[in-house]
Amino acid sequence: MTDLDALDRRLLRALVADATATAGELARRFGCSQPVVWRRIRRLQEAGVIAGRRVDLDLGRLGFGVSVFLGVKLATRGRVSLEDFERAASAIPEVQMVEHVLGLYDYRLRVVARDLADFERVLRRRIMTLPGVGDVEANVLLSEERLAGPLG
Amino acid sequence: MLDDASRRLLRHLLDAPQAPVAELARRAAMTPATAARRIARMKADGILRGQHAVIDWRALGYSVGVSLRFTLDKTDPRAFDAFQAAARKVPEVIEMQTFLGRVDVRLALVARDMAHYQEVYRSRILTLPHVADIEALMHITSIKSTRALPV
Repeated sequence: MTDLDALDRRLLRALVADATATAGELARRFGCSQPVVWRRIRRLQEAGVIAGRRVDLDLGRLGFGVSVFLGVKLATRGRVSLEDFERAASAIPEVQMVEHVLGLYDYRLRVVARDLADFERVLRRRIMTLPGVGDVEANVLLSEERLAGPLG
Repeated sequence: MLDDASRRLLRHLLDAPQAPVAELARRAAMTPATAARRIARMKADGILRGQHAVIDWRALGYSVGVSLRFTLDKTDPRAFDAFQAAARKVPEVIEMQTFLGRVDVRLALVARDMAHYQEVYRSRILTLPHVADIEALMHITSIKSTRALPV
């Protein structure tokens, strides 16, 4: 586990806001030298704290007007292979996220579609035919925001 | 809408967001100047809204991840706004989504361990306004996570 000091937290907050900020810009903003910033970021990447980058797109403008979160329960728990379900669900291009969870549902899926008719097609042809699929709950995404989390 | 070349560039950007522009240009078979111009254009058009570092909270000692699904008491017309404003103040909340469906709002929450989760749940979550029902899904593993689009 990696411990953070005040500068690490500031850098992380800045990179979560804009990952394209350069070490030079961050150094000027936080009043330290560019090599220091560069070393800190490198250390955070090597420790796996910065796990990558997320590109934020206006999906509607790209023709994907609908995002749906699905809760999926497997019908025959114990008899169906989790690996088979996971492999088949991950292979669907419209499925952006597959998460194994514990609770009312077994899996959380995030599905992107052009419109509700397109979503229905994906649901019927791709999701409802997954091996072992049981109860499926769909919630259509209206708004989404990411927060800085416990970096304060 | 995007033309084929920009679409191709976008696919490579989604595939490798941290790659330098020169590398993206090479993969998309265009000159770096063209790639840079097209990326700037997508930003100006509002298609590319930004790029954000992704934090692995486990690496910072937050080993518990929970998806909290809320049904709100919608008899108060300000229920959504009041709930969202209060939820934004909980430091452990890292994502918030609103939905059309059985679930009204989802919060993604991280905690150091189960004791910490229980403390946050009792002191910060159960006290959120206008909550009619809460369900929790405990995160076990991520099997797929991509921003790639079926384009």
